[in-house]
Amino acid sequence: MEPLSLARQAILVPAGILDSDIEKIMGRLLGASVDAADIYFQSSHSESWVLESGIIKEGTHNIEQGAGVRAISGEKTGFAYSDRIELSELLLAADNVRAITKHGQEAQVKLSQNSGWTHYYPVANPLKSLADQEKIDLLRKVDVATRQLDKRIEEVIVSLVGVHENILVANQDGSLAGDVRPLVRMNVTVIVEENGRREQGSMGGGGRSDYRYFIEQDRALEFGKEAVRQALVNLEAGEAPAGNMTVVLGSGWPGILLHEAIGHGLEGDFNRKGTSAFSGLVGQRVASDLCTVVDDGTLAGRRGSLSIDDEGTPTENTVLIEKGILKGYMQDKLNARLMGVKPTGNGRRESYAHLPLPRMTNTYMQPGQHDPEEIIKSVKKGLYAKNFGGGQVDITSGKFVFSTSEAYLIEDGKITRPVKGATLIGNGPDVLTKVSMVGSDLALDSGVGTCGKDGQSVPVGVGQPTLKIDGLTVGGTSL
Amino acid sequence: MQKQEQIDQLKSLVKDLLDEAQKQGATAAEAGLSQESGLSVSVRLGDVETIEHHCDQGLGITVYFGQRKGSANTTDLSAESIKETVSAACSIARYTSEDAYAGLPDKEMLATYFPNLDLYHPWKLEIDQAIALATECESAARSYHPEISNSEGATVNTHEGIRVMGNSLGFLQGYCSSRHSLSCSVLAQRGDSMQRDYWYTVARNALNLESASTVGTKAAERTLRRLEGRSLSTRQCPVLYSAEIASSLLGSFIGAISGGNLYRKSSFLLDKIDTQIFPDFIRIHEQPYLTGALGSAAYDGDGVATQTRDIVNQGILRGYVLGTYSARKLGLKSTGNAGGVHNLSVDTSDLSFNDMLKKLHTGLLVTELMGQGVNMVTGDYSRGAAGFWVENGEIQYPVEEITIAGNLKDMFKQIIAIGNDVDMRGNVRTGSILVEQMSIAGQ
Repeated sequence: MEPLSLARQAILVPAGILDSDIEKIMGRLLGASVDAADIYFQSSHSESWVLESGIIKEGTHNIEQGAGVRAISGEKTGFAYSDRIELSELLLAADNVRAITKHGQEAQVKLSQNSGWTHYYPVANPLKSLADQEKIDLLRKVDVATRQLDKRIEEVIVSLVGVHENILVANQDGSLAGDVRPLVRMNVTVIVEENGRREQGSMGGGGRSDYRYFIEQDRALEFGKEAVRQALVNLEAGEAPAGNMTVVLGSGWPGILLHEAIGHGLEGDFNRKGTSAFSGLVGQRVASDLCTVVDDGTLAGRRGSLSIDDEGTPTENTVLIEKGILKGYMQDKLNARLMGVKPTGNGRRESYAHLPLPRMTNTYMQPGQHDPEEIIKSVKKGLYAKNFGGGQVDITSGKFVFSTSEAYLIEDGKITRPVKGATLIGNGPDVLTKVSMVGSDLALDSGVGTCGKDGQSVPVGVGQPTLKIDGLTVGGTSL
Repeated sequence: MQKQEQIDQLKSLVKDLLDEAQKQGATAAEAGLSQESGLSVSVRLGDVETIEHHCDQGLGITVYFGQRKGSANTTDLSAESIKETVSAACSIARYTSEDAYAGLPDKEMLATYFPNLDLYHPWKLEIDQAIALATECESAARSYHPEISNSEGATVNTHEGIRVMGNSLGFLQGYCSSRHSLSCSVLAQRGDSMQRDYWYTVARNALNLESASTVGTKAAERTLRRLEGRSLSTRQCPVLYSAEIASSLLGSFIGAISGGNLYRKSSFLLDKIDTQIFPDFIRIHEQPYLTGALGSAAYDGDGVATQTRDIVNQGILRGYVLGTYSARKLGLKSTGNAGGVHNLSVDTSDLSFNDMLKKLHTGLLVTELMGQGVNMVTGDYSRGAAGFWVENGEIQYPVEEITIAGNLKDMFKQIIAIGNDVDMRGNVRTGSILVEQMSIAGQ
């Protein structure tokens, strides 16, 4: 069945909401000066399981459902929501929201089914892709296999999360779009100890798929191996260097560089308001000509992918930077309209209780020509940063940070010794102008990213090939 | 009176939940329920930008079948959904393992003293009033100086809610609380340098909020002073954490002595009870019964009584931060901290912020931190920072695009002084903190 029909069945049927009810709510929302309005319905079931100290310690089941009602007049937005999907509640919400505009007449709206976009993930409920006992068995198997890898392992924590989300969005033109969104994630954290020194390693992954993803290709067991490898590397890590130096970033998750350094700064809202360090720079050089960066919501099964965004716009592969030149921004409907451009399918919201904002999906850099080994060889003295934790950006000053979780010194073209985690800091609008080599090894991250903006969290993806940056500040302690 | 009726109604719902759990075979259960409502109005460039009506509810239940545990949460409070949620929790408990440490608190640990903590002061704020307040705030910021060039707006928030929790040992309590805030964020531009900063005020009682013009003025001042920031050369120097970010150092300390990190042995302060962590002039204590404060509570997330107590005294670690489960794992007693600490306060000196600058003499004043960069297992610390370079106790110029690094174990021991410029806006109350030496990385 189509996602739209499934979402209607999952949300509207149990609530007893008819199409005529949605038309009535929309009619109430719309007045003379309303430019746009939408009603967003959501029903989300999720679960999480945690194994720790060899036992299944926790399991939690969550139901989140409700509807949000929004009306926009010019730059003004009125918003209300209810966790009861009932006609009376939603009409009340609509009345609250239309107070944003000068009162107009109720409008007539005729609902029409909107479909015809591509679906990038399956509709089946991931929570039911394995029986509960099989989920438990999977966690235990990862625990046992991981513990056998090294005597220095003190603790293994394995978590498994699954989400089955149905959404419907009705727009002021009467179009009704819907989506069914699966999302799964597994994480393995290990703590190792040697001679009184303790270190941690962590690895995980997932996507818009179901739990069988972790069994296929032994992915779950690989997460355990990788977590142990990282923890053991960190046991050997010495002081990280401090100062400005050449930095080689590994492929995959280090693409968080792109997310923080340029991604947020290219979101439509900040640029419409002129508060981003990238405001007004379309058509100008913001990166070396080796750099082409896209935001792509259309990758099959990826954590950051969406068939349609939370405003019902089909997602796209949007070119942000082409050969170093800034091409455009990521847009939701509101900011696209106010800037006179098309929405790009980047209107996302954490839930019915939050307003949509322009947000990233999967942001990555296209591969270049260089062999990764050749890139390392070209560095006299610098840092090779292979893995990262999180990051943050000040979109106005352009300053961004991201913190290494696995890094090595490069001396005379060779990777010599591991160094402790350190924060890297740079300036978004010029960091990519210092990219002097781009590897041929594009990789996307394994599916663990969560992005926060205005207190709203959404799943995202990042990726890049190995990159060489001629000068980034590394925040170690060794001067 | 109407509120009391609402609390009683939610209490009876929690009681029903616990009964339902026992009916479905649970040997013990605990449940919590909350209902919140609020209004959030923001104004940008003198015009209304958003009006948001908030209305949230949720319930969570944890059931025990002997030593096995299952949990479930829902935002749907219909009778049918409640029943489903209880069965979801019970079903999960069939698959979780026997855990010798799982279970409700010991009955004698449960709170029995419920003073009025004065947490509930509803604000009858009309939308027009909220718009006027936000407008006044933003315009104070925008008219402050010609270099204030743009705005992210000013926002007024008012929230109130009811929380009820109960367990099958007979604990059943509820209370109302409120929280109001006003914030403003503006941009300034001079040549190529564009900066943004903000200020906010928050309180249980709207009468205790800073005035709209004060908030706007502070936001403008904070933004302007950052213009034309520069990096520093890589060096070591003393670092002064301004009061509003100094609480993050205390946050890392609390994380390191929290039960979860201790029993997982993933803390740099393992087995440090009764040892010197800070210099001997440092006292850090919890004050859960302060009236009207943001972090006040008579009981923790397990229903265990909170305690007025010293966590650090004369620089020596006197106690951990434990909930029921982590305490049992460690063979200790809960300290009433399931869910966190309550009004954590650091004793201050008589040094004003200006005195602290003089004490810093020559070094870095940090007013903003970026990124996570704290390793709880090792104490290694490396974060992005912005602030000001200080010489002879006088601010010289703004600094940005640098990192500050060290190890928290050393940084705690190297605290030289704590200012009396306490930031009261959060659950952690401290003045500015001066650390003897850290590594600065820059250009």
